[in-house]
Amino acid sequence: MPAYRDLLAQLRGEVDEIDVVRARDLQEEALFVDVREQDEWDEGHIPGAVHISRGFLESRIESAVPDKSRPIVVYCQSGNRSLFASKTLEELGYENVTSLAGGYTDWKRSGLPTQLPQSLGPEQRQRYSRHLLIPEVGVEGQLKLLQSRVLLIGAGGLGSPASLYLAAAGVGTIGIVDDDRVDASNLQRQIAHSTETLGDWKVDSAASALRALNPDVNVVTYKERLTSENADRIVGDGWDVILDGADNFPTRYLVNDASVWHDVPVVHGSIYRFEGQVTVFKPQVGPCYRCLFPQPPPPELAPSCAEGGVLGVLPGIVGSLQTNETIKLLLGIGEPLIGRLLLFDALETEFSEVKLRKDPACPVCGEHPTITEYIDYVEFCSGRPAHA
Amino acid sequence: MSTVVRIPPTLRAEVGGERQVPAAGETVRELLDDLTSRFPGLQTQLVEDDDIAPFVNVYVEGEDVRTLDGIETPVAHGSTVILLPAMAGGSTG
Repeated sequence: MPAYRDLLAQLRGEVDEIDVVRARDLQEEALFVDVREQDEWDEGHIPGAVHISRGFLESRIESAVPDKSRPIVVYCQSGNRSLFASKTLEELGYENVTSLAGGYTDWKRSGLPTQLPQSLGPEQRQRYSRHLLIPEVGVEGQLKLLQSRVLLIGAGGLGSPASLYLAAAGVGTIGIVDDDRVDASNLQRQIAHSTETLGDWKVDSAASALRALNPDVNVVTYKERLTSENADRIVGDGWDVILDGADNFPTRYLVNDASVWHDVPVVHGSIYRFEGQVTVFKPQVGPCYRCLFPQPPPPELAPSCAEGGVLGVLPGIVGSLQTNETIKLLLGIGEPLIGRLLLFDALETEFSEVKLRKDPACPVCGEHPTITEYIDYVEFCSGRPAHA
Repeated sequence: MSTVVRIPPTLRAEVGGERQVPAAGETVRELLDDLTSRFPGLQTQLVEDDDIAPFVNVYVEGEDVRTLDGIETPVAHGSTVILLPAMAGGSTG
């Protein structure tokens, strides 16, 4: 039975080794596989390397490197574990495997570039473990979410579930625009608020709920109504996605125009009684709200939820669908609802979909825009002609 | 020949609360004429200046008729027709 040292010596004869200088020259063509433990990786690694702890090597290498002819440089801390790992890869059929002699220690000592990974702390690994298990999210996706910024228009029916799920998902910065206070009639559906926060500003009530749920989240509150005067300041604050849960047409059109001019996608949701609509307006790529509805209905033909009512769970469903679209946009995965309007009927439990197309004549996002600055949105939606 | 037209919740009061109603016609115009003659309350909600009102969308088989032939878009028997006015609701309501 050979001892460890004998085995190591034997492997040195079987596995190709390269030194850091040659390894550096291979950086373009070869994939570097770091087989150290998580805490070692977290303290720094070779830029561009893929991390697979040696214990997971057999089970994970094939999804990380499907092409078995691709050159691979395996490294560990000092160049011993990588010998065993290289041997394993050869046994799995990888044809062009080398082990980095001297490992990461030599690499670093030679003054070659290293990268300190942004990584999740132990508590975050636990909190987001169900995300980390999904290949489409993983550590990289979770880090992306933590660095993302989402602006919510309204902390009401749609904003409540959306903000809670965004916070739970670890979206790093959540902005909330709302100038209203929590009223008893809100609590039938606005689950970010509670009986204890009755009378408080909704932005404050929601912010404390989100912070209690996830301390990773930075909540930015705007205790004001979005207006033509403040839209550039608020929308221009570097948001990745706007989640529109407004309750009135002037704000819908204002959000639309600001998002087109600031090039921020809007995840749109609206609800009435038992029915909801969800879509994604992505500037340049798809239609905008004005392509869908060039004009608002006259006020007498557009009852609000305050007048017509809404089933309390409906905003939960629609706001969650909006959150799903938002997270997909942030992660760049799946097929977002761009150019598609999803209709949900809660009474029939039926989803249907209609196609939306970019209107070349759209006054805001069309080929020859005629609206290029903020207008009086209240007047625009009042049914009176803007220029009498 | 009749087609079933989906009525959005904001317009259901005009059609006796029905979720969908049959309508006769071979084009969107004929369908709307038939609907508005039987449910006059729909006239101002759907039609403006002899055309589809700009705050309403009409979809035939999931396609916005504005991208087809507008109010003259033909409607084949058995097509799904959806009327969709804008809804604002979402937040404080």
